[in-house]
Amino acid sequence: MRNINNYMKITLAGYSRNESLARMCAAAFAAQLDPTVEEINDIKAAVSEAVTNCIVHGYRDTIGDIDMTLRIIDDDTVYIKIADKGVGIEDVERAMQPMFTTCPDEERAGLGFAVMESFTDSLRVHSRVGRGTTVTMLKRVQRRG
Amino acid sequence: MPIEFMYDKNGLTAAISGEIDHHAAAEMRIMTDGELERAMPRTLTFDMRGVTFMDSSGVGLILGRARTMKRWGGRIRITAPSGRVEKMLKLSGLAPLIVKSGKEGEKNA
Repeated sequence: MRNINNYMKITLAGYSRNESLARMCAAAFAAQLDPTVEEINDIKAAVSEAVTNCIVHGYRDTIGDIDMTLRIIDDDTVYIKIADKGVGIEDVERAMQPMFTTCPDEERAGLGFAVMESFTDSLRVHSRVGRGTTVTMLKRVQRRG
Repeated sequence: MPIEFMYDKNGLTAAISGEIDHHAAAEMRIMTDGELERAMPRTLTFDMRGVTFMDSSGVGLILGRARTMKRWGGRIRITAPSGRVEKMLKLSGLAPLIVKSGKEGEKNA
């Protein structure tokens, strides 16, 4: 079974109740590579963090679109792109430091990027103030059998 | 209900069930704070056996309650996390709050 070039693009409204929907969509798409339960859970956690960032930070006082693109590349890797058109991040390097949060009052632990980084194989963050933030992650799935 | 509260000689236990994400944590925070303000227990134990998913919002939930408990000198413990939940707790530095219970605790004692 070849999965080359298979992809899925969805746009979600930035309501917090859509966080679980985003996780489920990503997990369902990744299932075609026959990942382990652990790998699926890594993907769900990473997607959850990225989508939550869009909602909590990108669209702080508004509801906007969250674009999620999932792609199979190299037959064993899930490419995940999650983008908002929100406020953007002024200092990405600082935002990516563990425990850094702009929302301590809302009990954000400041671990979103740390989770994405440790549960995937690659994380890239591109942001422009006033234009939005795009997070790109790669998750390799072990070949079994 | 996503959280059930029980009292015993160890204080208050909050048994969480289902998924803890940013959306679900909001209600869990309100429920738990209501119970804490009312009872001001010495110990709050989060029983995680029913948690099927947790992202860093769960860490925020626990850290926030730790702050509340500090007001009257109370402490927080975590029991029965799944492997996944434990992975998240380790990443966040909350692993020292995990206590083993029952047979497992005796084995590790």
